[in-house]
Amino acid sequence: MSAQQLMRPSAPRRWYADPARLALLALLVSAALCFLLPLYVMSLTSFKSMEEIRNTSLFALPPQLSFAAWQAAWSSACTGVACEGISAGFWNSVLIVIPSTLIAVGLGALNGYALAFWRLRGAGSLFAVLMIGAFLPIQVMMLPLVRLLAPLHLVGTLTGIIIVHVIFSMPVMTLIFRNYYAALPRELFLAARLDGAGFLYAFLRLMLPMSLPMLAVAAIMQATGVWNDYLLGLVFAGREHLPMTVQLNNLVNTTTGTREYNVDMAATLLTALVPLLIYALAGRWFVRGIAAGSLKA
Amino acid sequence: MTALTVEQLSVQLGGRRVIDQLDLQVESGEFLVLLGASGCGKSTLLHTVAGLQAPHSGRVLIDGVDRTWSDPGERNVGMVFQSYALYPTLSVEGNLGFGLRARGVARREVRERVLRVAQLLQLDALLERKPAQLSGGQRQRVAIGRALVREAGLLLLDEPLSNLDAGLRATLRRELKLLHQRLGATMIHVTHDQVEALTLATRLAVMQEGRIRQLGTPEEVYRRPANRFVAGFIGSPAMNFIEGSIARVGASLQFCATGLRIDLPAQLFNAAPPLDGESLVLGLRPEHIRFATAPGVSSAQIAHSGQDAHIGAGKVSLIEPLGSHEVLWLELECGTVAALNHQGQRYNRGELVKLAVDAAAVSLFDATSGERC
Ligand SMILES: Nc1ncnc2c1ncn2[C@@H]1O[C@H](COP(=O)(O)OP(=O)(O)O)[C@@H](O)[C@H]1O
Ligand SMILES: [Mg+2]
Repeated sequence: MSAQQLMRPSAPRRWYADPARLALLALLVSAALCFLLPLYVMSLTSFKSMEEIRNTSLFALPPQLSFAAWQAAWSSACTGVACEGISAGFWNSVLIVIPSTLIAVGLGALNGYALAFWRLRGAGSLFAVLMIGAFLPIQVMMLPLVRLLAPLHLVGTLTGIIIVHVIFSMPVMTLIFRNYYAALPRELFLAARLDGAGFLYAFLRLMLPMSLPMLAVAAIMQATGVWNDYLLGLVFAGREHLPMTVQLNNLVNTTTGTREYNVDMAATLLTALVPLLIYALAGRWFVRGIAAGSLKA
Repeated sequence: MTALTVEQLSVQLGGRRVIDQLDLQVESGEFLVLLGASGCGKSTLLHTVAGLQAPHSGRVLIDGVDRTWSDPGERNVGMVFQSYALYPTLSVEGNLGFGLRARGVARREVRERVLRVAQLLQLDALLERKPAQLSGGQRQRVAIGRALVREAGLLLLDEPLSNLDAGLRATLRRELKLLHQRLGATMIHVTHDQVEALTLATRLAVMQEGRIRQLGTPEEVYRRPANRFVAGFIGSPAMNFIEGSIARVGASLQFCATGLRIDLPAQLFNAAPPLDGESLVLGLRPEHIRFATAPGVSSAQIAHSGQDAHIGAGKVSLIEPLGSHEVLWLELECGTVAALNHQGQRYNRGELVKLAVDAAAVSLFDATSGERC
């Protein structure tokens, strides 16, 4: 070891000289490849015609860029009996995701705030029950929920599926907001109470603006979660409001004649586009929110 | 008028009694300082007075009205929190006006009152800033301003100076005192810093483990500490304690320890003078020990000037210079004592110094209970 290194023991080594970092890098690269390879193949296939798919290799670039499959997937492919593409599913999903996200995040923040700051009787046990809810698989609750919502005529309605999404998100939403608020100095809340702020005033004027990064994280989690949901949409949304994921499944599984791989791929990519966009646009917030130490349990 | 009455107040936290049957009365316009070591329940007491912590038993009366179970917002109490607790997303103006807005005060009046307080505390230039853009001293002033804006009759200050560095602390301490003189509001100030306590208080309460051990003017508490705890807690360097016993010599009483005899004036005792042979602890402040080695002054002369009593000689074991004076640590036969040397006379380590004490200024404590005799 040279004298200079002795004097600066913390001087970072070059990444290529550090075996641990090299190993980490190799792991990350292979993980990225594992995820990117299917995406690559899907994208290529979606731009090929059926002819080209049959005649070229899986990894070959399309000889001619064709958007026909994308067009078909969006507006004319058959999803069961109807042949209108998955655009209707897209709009259904938008109609489901927006209220489910706003309501779930708002209620989760309110719950977390109440549990973290208002030492209400029974708050501990309520939180424990919520946590049990977070770890129960949703399949267990499916049938009881149908039995519960059916008499209220909520099964098969937009309101119904939104309510179901909000209910299933409550444990996680409450948990992350409770932890976020519990990490804030309690004196802040006490100061607001002394300033005459009531339950809602302190929440809306003080706590909510302070939790912007957490609101972004929760909204991203909830929006992508609801967008990706299949089972709940299938069971609770009803024929009129089937979300995009269900439509996609119908499209892929509708076999009339030959299987149109390019349309399937285009429809899949269209469905995946929204979560991808959300992460691309709001990822910065996501990282910031996590860095704020709020996803620690 | 009585601004605050606390009666038999007990507070339990996590099964532990943090405030224990505490009684306290604060008159209108007072600057009461609660002094106590960290963890003795000072913040808990303030929080209970403010309604932010429910008591286990007892009553809290503010301006003569029982407020034990009132909502904090209804109590007409302002508070400066230990961490300041400024609202980070709001500007200085938003922070100052929060309490008024929460109470539905009209927008124009909020603006006027915020400006008035901002001028009083020289915050007018900072109104648009966020707390993160302020220095420590500025944050502290905003915290005080937020408590003042509501013109509450009672201000609670929870260690408002403890987060500041020493120089700023002294400046803001003076500002706080001036502010109190100007506003005439009732203030309860919590601190673990005895200099702060002695300089600010019109009355001083010394707390230990959820109880008030002595309540009085800073002078009373310093000169006639009610028990050994208070005596040892206040004063720096701390009071010297010497264990010994009482001997009756003719009509007068003498305190005797190994190599030490002090004639005690009769007016020293609270109630009945102690009995012959009773064990006591003598409390002796470092500034009441005098040196008799100055040339031309014999120990006998010193012993007979005023109430001073010669107590023998001590060997200098350690010298702590403090600029204006120095602390000498002296080894006596009865133990090590600290003494202050203001005279500019130089002493060396190992030197034998003849000593005298001001017998009227000593304190005597019961050896077992620690209470003042
Ligand atoms: N939530 C709590 N649960 C249990 N004990 C607590 C709680 N809050 C404070 N304490 C304890 O109560 C005592 C008094 O605390 P505090 O009033 O904050 O002291 P101080 O302000 O004098 O430093 C401390 O010993 C502290 O450990
Ligand atoms: Mg405290």
